Amino acid sequence: MGGKAASMAVARGSAAIFQGLRHVCNKNSPKFPSLACTGLPLRHQKCQYASTQGLDLEEERPQFPGSTKAEFTLNMDFHLPEGAPGIPVYRVMDGEGRILKSSEDPQLSKDTVLEMYRKMVMLSTMDGILYNAQRQGRISFYMTNYGEEGTHIGSAAALDPQDMAFGQYREAGVFLWRGYTLDDFMNQCFSNDLDYNKGRAFPVNFGSKEHNFATYSSPLATQMPHAAGAAYALKRAGTGLCVVCYFGDGAASEGDAHAAFNFAATLDCPVIFFCRNNGYAISTPTTEQYRGDGIASRGSGYGMATIRVDGNDTFAVYNVTKAAREMCVTENRPVLIEAMTYRIGDHSTSDDSSAYRTHDEVNHYRGNSPITRLQRYLINQGWWDTEQEADYREAAKQQVMEAFRVGEVRKKPPLSDLLTDVYDTMEPHLVKQTQHMLHHIRQNKEQYPTTDIFTEEK
Amino acid sequence: MAVCGALVRSGRLSRPISGRNSAFIDSRFAVVKRLASALSYVPETAPSDFGETTKMNLFQSINSAMDVALANDPTAVIFGEDVAFGGVFRCTIGLADKYGKDRVFNTPLCEQGIAGFGIGMAVMGATAIAEIQFADYIFPAFDQIVNEAAKYRYRSGNLFDCGRLTMRAPCGAVGHGALYHSQSPEAFFAHVPGIKVVIPRGPIQAKGLLLACIKDDNPCIFLEPKILYRAAVEHVPVGDFSLPLSSAEVVVEGKDVTMVAWGTQVQVLREVCNMAQEKLGVSCELIDLRTIMPWDSETVIKSVNKTGRLLVAHEAPLTGGFAAEVASTVQSECFLHLEAPVERVCGYDTPFPHIFEPFYMPDKWRCFEAVKKLINY
Repeated sequence: MGGKAASMAVARGSAAIFQGLRHVCNKNSPKFPSLACTGLPLRHQKCQYASTQGLDLEEERPQFPGSTKAEFTLNMDFHLPEGAPGIPVYRVMDGEGRILKSSEDPQLSKDTVLEMYRKMVMLSTMDGILYNAQRQGRISFYMTNYGEEGTHIGSAAALDPQDMAFGQYREAGVFLWRGYTLDDFMNQCFSNDLDYNKGRAFPVNFGSKEHNFATYSSPLATQMPHAAGAAYALKRAGTGLCVVCYFGDGAASEGDAHAAFNFAATLDCPVIFFCRNNGYAISTPTTEQYRGDGIASRGSGYGMATIRVDGNDTFAVYNVTKAAREMCVTENRPVLIEAMTYRIGDHSTSDDSSAYRTHDEVNHYRGNSPITRLQRYLINQGWWDTEQEADYREAAKQQVMEAFRVGEVRKKPPLSDLLTDVYDTMEPHLVKQTQHMLHHIRQNKEQYPTTDIFTEEK
Repeated sequence: MAVCGALVRSGRLSRPISGRNSAFIDSRFAVVKRLASALSYVPETAPSDFGETTKMNLFQSINSAMDVALANDPTAVIFGEDVAFGGVFRCTIGLADKYGKDRVFNTPLCEQGIAGFGIGMAVMGATAIAEIQFADYIFPAFDQIVNEAAKYRYRSGNLFDCGRLTMRAPCGAVGHGALYHSQSPEAFFAHVPGIKVVIPRGPIQAKGLLLACIKDDNPCIFLEPKILYRAAVEHVPVGDFSLPLSSAEVVVEGKDVTMVAWGTQVQVLREVCNMAQEKLGVSCELIDLRTIMPWDSETVIKSVNKTGRLLVAHEAPLTGGFAAEVASTVQSECFLHLEAPVERVCGYDTPFPHIFEPFYMPDKWRCFEAVKKLINY
């Protein structure tokens, strides 16, 4: 600028200051506020450089509110995702349970690692017994967790027990880690009078207020937006806690998953979205579930911090969960963890997976399960041996069987529990319907022989 | 949605207009003109023990209710599409400025997310007031409402619940809303045990019932007749008050015919009461159901036992509409008292039409014909 123009600008600037008008626009630098913007307005004018969405309207960059980071290009390059490498899988141990990089060693104490291992074995033992119980008709349904114990225990151990958890149906190890007892599992599976759900849901619909895990429901991915909302509430309450939300590779296709990711990111929710990518959604392999690079590739699309991890490496799962939690609570942002694993068992007792996959494939993963890998680590450390293994497996089996026996013979809840808890209080129409139901049962008792196993009405 | 927003902003919805339009063809311009006609809102008086009142229309009374809720409950938040600037119907005007952007905030455009997010907040014990921009767009949230919100307490044996959730949505005919800005979906939700469905007939009712829903420890769906947002004006208590849920109100006492409705239709039937008295010498008892589910059948049964004749009217389509539930219960409980079959005057079993709206609606003439039928049976 020439001297005259410059002095005029200064004069105008001074005039502006006298007018008390320190306008804010993208042209202004904090150092020389009134000099930088030549569109200096009079009091009644709006600065031509002002922008609601923080755009710098003079620069030769794309100025679209929808994308502020992009530059222009003159090359028409389609982004072909099949050309991009997959997001790498973070791991700490190799297949033999050896720590590969000492800086990544979580350095957990012997007691902690033994506890992690024992819980995984207990889970596996319970799975075996309850699966057989279903086959014998003693419970109506069951879902095993074979192959995914590492995702449960590794993540649960890294969280605060008060971090609210939401899940899908294959996270029993998280319950176990948090202190849900064998009796609790049995009571739910038998729908008996001690079932927290009062007999209303079929087996594996675990839930516990005491252990901060919301009760499961059958529709998939519905818990995901819940997790975002719960995290928002926890953030507002200043608890310093986070939420963890478990879901599978199949559930991630549901609209609710998309909704949850988007809400969590835009509303700055401290939630860990933990995907158990076990390769199958019942019979549907991941090749038929999505075309992109797993669930992890979607994270950045929503603006979320993302990592992919070897779900069968309990220490790796522990490390990423711990780091994710830290990010959540200190930065109030969601984190997506995709834990790669394999569903060794069938989807449920209603499924025979030999109909859609080979025994060879299953056996490959069976031979390198998270339990096996952690066992190898323990043995390498000199913290475990085959004798302790045999002893513990026997003890676990006895404990599970005892809880099973006790749970099986307990009475079921009272019949009137069919109609309570629909609302917070008993509504008149439900009082009438309860009376009708009980009256009908009493009048036709011989048609309802199972009423004797239900608790007497008070 | 955007269309209606534009209409609001351009002021075209600023005069009291009715869904019950008279249309005529202006031969010079070959244009069908809309005229404000049939519907006039009769203001009511609030009970004196609710304190000082001020003139408010429906959206202002709803705004006032949410203002009270956020003032009294530090966990309460309001969220949905476009609520931050005040909402497409101005229901949330001023609240973001007053309570902060962390308490009154926009969400992405995703009803299933709004519902799910609200459920999650409520599960943690925070008061969540979710807005769905039009009841016509509530269906993506249907799974969350039916399978999650409604069942949360029951399935967890009362360990968990989302009772602190309230979802609000504008519903009903507005004169030109057509298929997707006019729906009344109350019947879908009435069929879901575990949620409450509430529809107010005016500003005082709206504020009291909305505050009741917010305080109620069950997930509630609060449907607001959008045509009344500006058209309904009365003196509304400024303070905190609530009206009972699951309690029908006898709005006009009578002895010959019982008429049951909710929302805007209550105003239509008010006029029918007058017509019946003037032209037929028939005294009608008008009941506003207020809560669709759980509904106060006792008040209706008591009235029909007195009159022996029942008319139920709603904008929603006839088949499977909530009038069917009322009629079925009444025929069961009042069978020997009935002098005539129950009359239902409802929308036809079609999607909600545009140019045909005046002929689709259960207007006062159709309702009057039904009264005559009841009397002459």
